[in-house]
Amino acid sequence: MAMTIHVDIVSAEGAIHSGQATMVYATAELGEVGIAPRHTAFISRLKPGDVRVENEQGEQEHFYVSGGMLEVQPHVVTVLADTAIRARDLDEAAALDAKRRAEEALAGHTAQFEYAKAQAELAEAIAQLRAIEKLRKMKG
Amino acid sequence: MAAAKEIRTKIASIKSTQKITGAMQMVAASKMRKAQDRMAASKPYSEKMLQVISHLARATPEYRHSFMAVERPHKRVGYIVVSSDKGLCGGLNSNLFRRLVVDIKEKRAVGTEPAFCTIGSKALGFFKRFGGDVKAQVTNLGDKPHIEDLIGPVKVMLDAFEAKELDAIYVASNEFVNTMTQRPMIRQLVPIVGEEQSAMPYHWDYIYEPDARTVLDALLTRYIESLVYQAVVENGACEQASRMVAMKSASDNAGDLISELQLVYNKARQAAITQEISEIVSGAAAV
Repeated sequence: MAMTIHVDIVSAEGAIHSGQATMVYATAELGEVGIAPRHTAFISRLKPGDVRVENEQGEQEHFYVSGGMLEVQPHVVTVLADTAIRARDLDEAAALDAKRRAEEALAGHTAQFEYAKAQAELAEAIAQLRAIEKLRKMKG
Repeated sequence: MAAAKEIRTKIASIKSTQKITGAMQMVAASKMRKAQDRMAASKPYSEKMLQVISHLARATPEYRHSFMAVERPHKRVGYIVVSSDKGLCGGLNSNLFRRLVVDIKEKRAVGTEPAFCTIGSKALGFFKRFGGDVKAQVTNLGDKPHIEDLIGPVKVMLDAFEAKELDAIYVASNEFVNTMTQRPMIRQLVPIVGEEQSAMPYHWDYIYEPDARTVLDALLTRYIESLVYQAVVENGACEQASRMVAMKSASDNAGDLISELQLVYNKARQAAITQEISEIVSGAAAV
């Protein structure tokens, strides 16, 4: 039997995923990280992006998180997601819409505050689109 | 027969009220179960976070975040008041406000001024009448509150705390004991309490990305938001439970009223019949 590590993905509004995995990939603040079983204790902030969980059958499950924290201990990985919903459920139209709105806001920004907000929205919309594209490629 | 007809209309109107309260009771019962599920679902997140936070606090003792700082003398304190958006839920909100007023009086007696952040329209309405420094408010969270809606108001209070405008922040909300009992509670939010300082059995530490402070700061804000979210969800469960009980007693009272009125109606009808017969009999006797 392959070595596994326990993965918990929780958000403030409820548990999203819990199970064993052979490998976990996440978009940490300083770049993508892959967590194998027996990884040393590690903690990082997450950027908006997808968290991939590879189970013993070699199947990958995708979870989109819009930021959060990643905590790793040798036998447990915990993703404290800000808002995580199943990647499949992502509404591509909504992401496009958010991107368009963010771009519009960027074009006519008036205050520094609005500019920063719009930039954050744009980054998130792009990450959501990427997650959807990846899913599409896997299916198609 | 005029009196009997009046009573009949009254019975009909009470019956339709009873139907409404009965329906509201059943709706509240099913919403309460869902709210309780949400309460349970939000627990693992904050528990996990508290674990990580207390570990970080022990691993990096030289850095104390202001939320974990030692208590300073209270000159101004903030209250985050969690209430329901809708009424018809018994004494839930008024009990909480009564408890809050007692607390504020005690604080004012020692020269501490309160400031407020209200969640739910009932609290907002209360402070409009009662007066008070309301710094932020959010209403219409609905049955499924989202943490996004709470980030703003919580941030207003935390910023005030960090700017030393507030010396402590409390959350006033109802605690869900069981379906029949909800207890108004005022809990301290920051400075964070209940973090035990036991020695670590063996030393180990995380690899931090980018560094311990950034991680700890991000964690603490989220932890506090999740505590407020929990209070909101718990208050939601309390609201439904309290509404269910209130509507049950309203339906029962309507039932009592109907049976009493029915008795009065029967008597009036009988009296009218008796009177009619005696009139006929005396009329026949006269002929």
